[in-house]
Amino acid sequence: MAAQTLERPLVDEGIVKAFFAAGMLFFLVSLTGGFLFSLQFLQHYPFPNTEWLSPGRVRMVHTNMVAYGFLTNVFLGAMSWAIPRLTGRPLFFGRLTWVIFWVWQAILVLTVVGILTGHAQAIEWGETPTGFRPHSFNLADMNWAPVDLLVVVAFLLVSLHMYTPILKAREKSMYVSLWYFSAAFIWTALTYVMGNFFPEYFVPGAAGAAMTGLYIHDLVGLFVTPVGWGLMYYFVPLIIEKPIWSHGLSLIGFWALAFFYPLNGVHHFLWSPIPMYAQYGAVISTIAVEVVVTTVVVNFFATLIGSGQYLRDNLPIRWFYTGMIFYFTTCLQCAVHTTLTVQKIIHFTDWVVGHSHLVMFGVFGFWCLGIIVHLWPKLTGNAWYSERLNHWHFWLSAIGLFVMFWDLTIAGLIQGFLWQSLAPWEQSLIASMPYWAVRAVAGTAIVIAQFLFAFNMWMTARGAQPAYRPVAQPA
Amino acid sequence: MERFSTVFLVAGVVFFGFSVWVMAWLPITSLQGIPHTSLDVISEKVSPEFAQLAEMFPDSFKKYYPAGVTPASFEKALRRGRDTYVAEACWHCHSQFIRPVSNEAIRFGPVSQAGEYQNDLEFPHLFGTRRVGPDLIRENGVHTNDWHVAHFWNPQDVVPTSVMPRYPWFFDNANDPENATLNERGIAIITYVQWLGSWVKSYPATLYNLDAANGGV
Repeated sequence: MAAQTLERPLVDEGIVKAFFAAGMLFFLVSLTGGFLFSLQFLQHYPFPNTEWLSPGRVRMVHTNMVAYGFLTNVFLGAMSWAIPRLTGRPLFFGRLTWVIFWVWQAILVLTVVGILTGHAQAIEWGETPTGFRPHSFNLADMNWAPVDLLVVVAFLLVSLHMYTPILKAREKSMYVSLWYFSAAFIWTALTYVMGNFFPEYFVPGAAGAAMTGLYIHDLVGLFVTPVGWGLMYYFVPLIIEKPIWSHGLSLIGFWALAFFYPLNGVHHFLWSPIPMYAQYGAVISTIAVEVVVTTVVVNFFATLIGSGQYLRDNLPIRWFYTGMIFYFTTCLQCAVHTTLTVQKIIHFTDWVVGHSHLVMFGVFGFWCLGIIVHLWPKLTGNAWYSERLNHWHFWLSAIGLFVMFWDLTIAGLIQGFLWQSLAPWEQSLIASMPYWAVRAVAGTAIVIAQFLFAFNMWMTARGAQPAYRPVAQPA
Repeated sequence: MERFSTVFLVAGVVFFGFSVWVMAWLPITSLQGIPHTSLDVISEKVSPEFAQLAEMFPDSFKKYYPAGVTPASFEKALRRGRDTYVAEACWHCHSQFIRPVSNEAIRFGPVSQAGEYQNDLEFPHLFGTRRVGPDLIRENGVHTNDWHVAHFWNPQDVVPTSVMPRYPWFFDNANDPENATLNERGIAIITYVQWLGSWVKSYPATLYNLDAANGGV
């Protein structure tokens, strides 16, 4: 790390704060959507006659805002903090960060409004409106802002911004986090272009399904996962003040992820009309990914040996490692349910919904929340308004998710076996109803937890006197 | 292994390219030989369900499909119906492919084949990944137009345990149920859903028969 006189601070803390605040705001939007949608399953949707709040549309806001509103915003904030520190150089140039910030928030608002007004795209997790009609680039046919194109522009700006310090540092061997980040930016841009434009305009039917399967999977595997692990490799050793246990395992973890993860794509459409060799390949490499996952998780838990007290005393570390336990669970689950045998029963059921909640919230959401818990006092210069609220936030989220995951998993098995038994379709609805009620309750706990946390962030940023401070004794 | 150039080029570009080749390009080339059907060809054969909708709602039909029961109107309804299916995210709760497992061929009808999806209404495909409601790729003729009209108005009127939302915005005069009639989107979505699977000649069983055979709801 060469000594260098800096004309501007290494990290623009204002932008990190802004990304975290925006991420939390869109997380609340997403969760409100998810909560409302869960009421539809109990036949008690509060706005049955309001077109723009139709449950189907609200559902897309829920999933999209988790990925693009919450995780992406927090990731951008955390990387704006970590990359300059890892390279010793500031990001490309100061104002660009704010341009990216506002472009991204505009994208999110256009996405939410576009979906609610009926301009969604039929790509799972890419419902972000294209603006153009399917199979036609005709300008006259445009019915909404071309948000997908804006997203690509934003990703290119982010790449330019964040690759600059990495390239300027010219280090012969980069730290693990930077391997993940360096690969993630190019992967994300390529993935987004492939998933959002090819099936929509060029590749119809089953082959298009292979591409969207690849897209759904790469969004998790090549964007969220590498950025998430890159951040873990940065924050965990810093907080527990010792290096990662094994450099060799880090190398295996990264390179095996890079090779096997993108080969999983088609496992989202097993037993479909997509050619079987692609399905077999996807199943085998999905099981291979489980080996990769084990090396990374072993590496992190071995790092923790001798520092177990951090799990008790340090809230961010507890968020991170709880997330890693869920990560291991979710990947193990994946290796099992990707097999063609298990697919027969669990595909199309709530099992998969439980799985995706475990991944997106239980793993990456938990890591993002842990990072905010860790950095927010540093960014605002104030101690947490309430440590106790932060603990409530953790336990409500963790228990809520744990209950929701098992509830949906069991519901999925029941649905799958009822369908196979050729019982009338309505039987599967009747049998699911109690589980959907439990899901709504568990979800409510998660929603309440995040509102408490947002309140805590707000009060901390305002510099409010910490609550529950011991009462000063009169002199 | 730890240099930027290696990570960027090998992991970022080469590995990604390899995955696209295996997981996307090979399937594309495998399916290349299947002829692609354009929407013009599809809509040449106007469906009887579309013609019946014209009889059921003559005023709406005159207003929104002034060309009458013609291929042009049918094409417009199919396109508009599919757009509505996408806008309302029907595909998030209804799949559109029958698997060769889990007794799906008995419940829904013939197993899906790749050729069925090589047409202009598959940009992008609507396979779906979740079934809250049943699969729809063999929906043609399973229910009548009347059933669909009542079902879109309020699914629970027809299937009390249904968790499908209401779609009053598929109707004109929705505030006045006595005089409510299907609007452009309503006619379109029913036309589209009734088109799904219309290219398959026969079914081993329909949902209706199966439920009746099981003494269902």
